[in-house]
Amino acid sequence: MSKTINLTLKVWRQKGPEDKGHFETYEAKDISTDLSFLEMLDLVNEKITLEGKDPIAFDNDCREGICGMCGAMVNGIAHGPQKATTLCQLHMRHFEDGEIVVIEPWRARPFKIIKDLVVDRSPFDKIIQSGGYISVNTGSAPEANTIPVPAQKAELAMDAAACIGCGACVAACPNASAMLFVGAKISHLALLPQGRPEAAKRALSMLRKMDELGFGNCSNETECEAVCPKEISITNIARFNREYLKASFGSSEK
Amino acid sequence: MNWFIRAFSSSIGKKQIMAVTGLAFCLFVTFHLLGNLTVYAGRDSFLSYVKHLHSWQWLVTAAEWILLFFAVLHISIGLLLFFENLRARPVRYAVKKSAGGRTIGSATEPYTGLLILGFIVVHLLKFRFVDKTGTNDFVILSHTFSHWGWVLFYIVGVIIVAVHISHGLWSGFQTLGVNHPKYMPFIRRFGTVLSFVIGAGFASIPVLIIFTR
Repeated sequence: MSKTINLTLKVWRQKGPEDKGHFETYEAKDISTDLSFLEMLDLVNEKITLEGKDPIAFDNDCREGICGMCGAMVNGIAHGPQKATTLCQLHMRHFEDGEIVVIEPWRARPFKIIKDLVVDRSPFDKIIQSGGYISVNTGSAPEANTIPVPAQKAELAMDAAACIGCGACVAACPNASAMLFVGAKISHLALLPQGRPEAAKRALSMLRKMDELGFGNCSNETECEAVCPKEISITNIARFNREYLKASFGSSEK
Repeated sequence: MNWFIRAFSSSIGKKQIMAVTGLAFCLFVTFHLLGNLTVYAGRDSFLSYVKHLHSWQWLVTAAEWILLFFAVLHISIGLLLFFENLRARPVRYAVKKSAGGRTIGSATEPYTGLLILGFIVVHLLKFRFVDKTGTNDFVILSHTFSHWGWVLFYIVGVIIVAVHISHGLWSGFQTLGVNHPKYMPFIRRFGTVLSFVIGAGFASIPVLIIFTR
């Protein structure tokens, strides 16, 4: 038999982008500690629906911690108290019976709230569109090993590419800066030979897009690294800073 | 826009100016402390240090103008970044906790910076822009630190400087892209040690004066 706990939820409710929003309190009774956080919200939502009210809206998709759709501030920490975990993979055994749990959406000027806990993270897509790609001719797959990639470089690139774009870094940053996200995207391409030809142009255009969208400036508080479900390192931010220096002063890109 | 100005108007560009000027200040306070420590060897050593330093007056003047220029950049861009960062999150969190990244230094950087500005203004009025005819730096020094109020003011002032450096030094290197698995642990430890040495070193001088006067 699994243990059950009772929780008091204080959830941010907001009807739409223009609504002011407020906190509402819900009782979550007899919650099995084997449930995930989102399953707990599902149960609460069933009850709210049966009462004829509007259920709490939250983003989710794979519920396996790999898609990057879910995420909310749980008691002031992005994705909740468990390290290196997305909200869907956070389990109720990490909570105490009788605990008050405050649930808030990601807050940053570029991330508009769509409804309740659902935020618009399309600014991330706009940053990717501004340069987070490589230009190659499509056609049949190239011969493998045509371009040698050292194994260590490939590993570092994969570590950066592990970013699922959930937005927790922006949410946790005291300045709402997107440097960890952009640093990861810059790094995973800059580390590979296929990414080098456009590296300078990419660093400049992705940074300019990031600034234009209204994200804050990184002040190396390293809160992003601490909440990242994929444990993306701030060394990727340093690499982005280096790539920017090289692009600004060592390339012909303007 | 000119590419050079454009490079320094982006978020990273502005931060890189903060980093270069900040690291220059770290270098300056280190030499400032080394010079001041001659007071431990007594009145004559201290005055001889002052005399030798000012025998290179052109160098001192040049350094002062560079420091002033850097200070204007560091303060104005720092304030700009601070307000931009406030603007980036118009609605604050009702509950916000640190996940373990922040330090006292990093969380208070803009505030300690402004306090340091006030401290430096007072410090310059006290020791730099005073009429030194008929007196000397040692007399001004021992006179100032014969009052407990000034001793405490300076101790608090240099502690704030130390807190600022504890985050600023490694942060500067990170912003310039110097984050290497071999060097970064050293840089971070060096930042902590330097902030401690700067704080304790400068704070020890007024304490020395008031007890040995």
